[in-house]
Amino acid sequence: MNAPIKLQERFHKVQLEPKDYRDGVASFWCPGCGHSGVLTSFLRSLSEIGVEPENLVSISGIGCSSRLPYFVKSYKMHTLHGRAGPVATGAQLARPDLAVVVTGGDGDGFSIGGGHMPHMARKNVNMTYILMDNHVYGLTKGQTSPTSHRIMKGSVTPFGAVEEPLDPIMYMLTYGATFVGQAFAGNVKLASQLIKEGMEHKGFSFINLLSHCPTYNEIDTAKVFKSACETLDVGHDVTDVSIAMQVVQKAKQEGRIPTGLLYKVERPTLDERMAELVTRVGGHKDYDLRKVIDLSRP
Amino acid sequence: MDLNKNDLIIRVGGEGGEGVISVGDFITQACARVGLDVYTFKTFPAEIKGGYAMYQVRASTEPVYNHGDTFDVLCAFNGEAYEMNKARLKPGHALVYDCPGDFEPDIPEGVHAYPIPMTQTAKELNNVRAKNMVAMGALSVLFNIPEASLREVIETKFTRRGDAVVQGNLKAFERGQELARALKKTDSWAIGTPKADAKRDVIVMSGNNAIGLGALIAGLEFFSAYPITPATEVAIYVAKHLPKRGGTLIQAEDEIASISQVLGAAYAGKKSMTSTSGPGLSLMSEMLGMSFMSETPCVVVDVQRGGPSTGLPTKHEQSDLFLAIHGGHGDCGRIVLSVENVHDCIGLTVTAFNLAEKYQCPVILLSDGSLAFSTQSVPYPNPDDYKIVNRERWDGKGEFKRYALTASGISPMVDPGTPGGMHIATGLEHNESGMPSYAGENHEIMQAKRFNKLKTVANDMPLAEVDGQGAADIGVIAWGSTIGVVREALQRLRAEGCKVKGFYPKLLHPLPVQQFEDFGAGCKRILLPEVNYLGQLAHFVRAETSLRPESYTICGGLPFTPEMIVKRVKEMLA
Repeated sequence: MNAPIKLQERFHKVQLEPKDYRDGVASFWCPGCGHSGVLTSFLRSLSEIGVEPENLVSISGIGCSSRLPYFVKSYKMHTLHGRAGPVATGAQLARPDLAVVVTGGDGDGFSIGGGHMPHMARKNVNMTYILMDNHVYGLTKGQTSPTSHRIMKGSVTPFGAVEEPLDPIMYMLTYGATFVGQAFAGNVKLASQLIKEGMEHKGFSFINLLSHCPTYNEIDTAKVFKSACETLDVGHDVTDVSIAMQVVQKAKQEGRIPTGLLYKVERPTLDERMAELVTRVGGHKDYDLRKVIDLSRP
Repeated sequence: MDLNKNDLIIRVGGEGGEGVISVGDFITQACARVGLDVYTFKTFPAEIKGGYAMYQVRASTEPVYNHGDTFDVLCAFNGEAYEMNKARLKPGHALVYDCPGDFEPDIPEGVHAYPIPMTQTAKELNNVRAKNMVAMGALSVLFNIPEASLREVIETKFTRRGDAVVQGNLKAFERGQELARALKKTDSWAIGTPKADAKRDVIVMSGNNAIGLGALIAGLEFFSAYPITPATEVAIYVAKHLPKRGGTLIQAEDEIASISQVLGAAYAGKKSMTSTSGPGLSLMSEMLGMSFMSETPCVVVDVQRGGPSTGLPTKHEQSDLFLAIHGGHGDCGRIVLSVENVHDCIGLTVTAFNLAEKYQCPVILLSDGSLAFSTQSVPYPNPDDYKIVNRERWDGKGEFKRYALTASGISPMVDPGTPGGMHIATGLEHNESGMPSYAGENHEIMQAKRFNKLKTVANDMPLAEVDGQGAADIGVIAWGSTIGVVREALQRLRAEGCKVKGFYPKLLHPLPVQQFEDFGAGCKRILLPEVNYLGQLAHFVRAETSLRPESYTICGGLPFTPEMIVKRVKEMLA
């Protein structure tokens, strides 16, 4: 029996241009949308990784950002609001040899899908989650999201939001993601580099891309994001979760957004642990079921 | 007297943790070993430790289809067990009880009582945990439970804990036998001698375990679990054995994640399932819509319990049929099967996978709370005897269109990783290529495609069983484990000269309408007993066929008994 192909063996197989990963469908995003920067970055990182399109599975939930898979040449699923993560987990466990990438928005991932986020992180599912964080619900035309600033006026909060926003980066550091990075979506160089490294990382990689919504978010404009983003110090220790948390908290107090690779460690992935279990019991596809059935003889 | 001669029902009751369940299990195993047909029924305390536990074993030389009307023999480990069952003790019944114990029974007139010092003997043997073995020894002598077989079971079950434990339990068992021999047997109950041609190549399983086994036989590769009573044991069984076949079971964070993971794995080409109970199925409704819309196969087992809401988590009910058939928004198709007994739990689970793979849609398999934990002896299932269906996959020729319009409505699938097959599986309405299309005409065409393919489902199943021949004054339609109760009721009614027939569909959606019509044509009146308040199957039968069944519904947390059906049919005939 041939040894199963490992995901890493799928990389650097082809030399394709970023445009070769672009599916023919026209983008439906508004002119000037930050999500276009995410798409550009994603296509560039795919080109650099050199994965064959058929070995990529792109999965999303619901929202403006969740349309992204339509624009990428790959196997793909456009699923339900909030459920991209667990659907992708199932696909990844079924085919650990394929590159699985989730793209989705802040509402999709951290509001309706919030219950799933900790579990992908703690289980270290070997896939990449790209959050396209624009601090607003765009597809439903402008409501506050879990990452919206408190002062934001949404259509359902005409007097301003009353809740504090959550921080996706702190969330992921807390729940055990093994790769956490952040960038401004307009910074294609950094964003594509993070996506590439995230996809190459063995384990659950989470990349928060701050993506401005020109239509429904007047507060977090491209200009605001760009000026607040500050690249991490060259000597930042990516292996210490408490340092990563301190950096994020300190920056927040000072009104800055730290960008770059915040945290990266190695630990066994969920599919590796599952494979270990199969090895431990000597499992294989042709195991004689009669041995199992015999256990139920009286 | 009962039709089933040599048919004995023993109920053992006591405090949870006293070994009540073990006694029941041991008697069941011993009877199955010698070729008797067994069917058990149990209730667990809601508490983790303590509380009243009950295990009822029915063993017969004839096929048994249900747990019976009531017990013939009661074995009470304590006062609570006696109090719980006292009202059911009728003249002629036998009572075996702990004496001296924590109670002194006021034995009803005509009941044959056998006091056995269970607790005291176990204490004398310095083995308080063997109280149940003392009781079992006494039961074996009093009611002719195969002794050699019981000894074998004791040896097998305790051997892992060492010879001292085996010997200790055997000694307690023997003391129980001696104590019973010293008593004079006054009742007439005894387990019969198995027929010479009795089937001994059997396995003994619970409904939940049998569903797990059926899934393994079907070629299950991925299972996502979330614990819920009374379905958890399906996952427990699969978790133990699926890795042997190289498959994966994971526990998800909730039922929504479970069904989502199942769809992801199914899209990636694996045979996938989850099991749950009513509350979990409610949560899964939206993703079942995605399964239908994106034509991604999945198998969902619903071991029904009392509802609505949290309801009666440990009790029996058949009340998720509405949810299974129509749960979810939009016009959403699926296939719904229901199991009668443990034998079905194996075979129909295989069928569920076959149908999911063929029709690329959700298949819901309905079991129920009493079947979940009921152990039954069934013929040894040879895995090679089952027909296994795999999804139709793209042959790699020409342009791939995932939702190609075909004559059958079934479009070939393709596994990720296959060059040339890239496509999107989406919950949005889409065209043949999978691209979103909200055009009214397209939606009408695609809905027709997805529903039309389900029209042939009935052809892939055996015809629903008709029990009895000729014209009938009363026809009884039943589903789920109620079928086994109706089978026996009809036998009794026929023995009394009543013209009755039964109809036992296992495919409940799409409803095999013509089969219902054919059955109804031969019956003057139709009775439809089911364990729910609203009469859920009766509702669908009235809506989709010309039959006008008379509903007989109960929802007291317990299944019907044959006697209840006999009584109702006689009332209709009167």
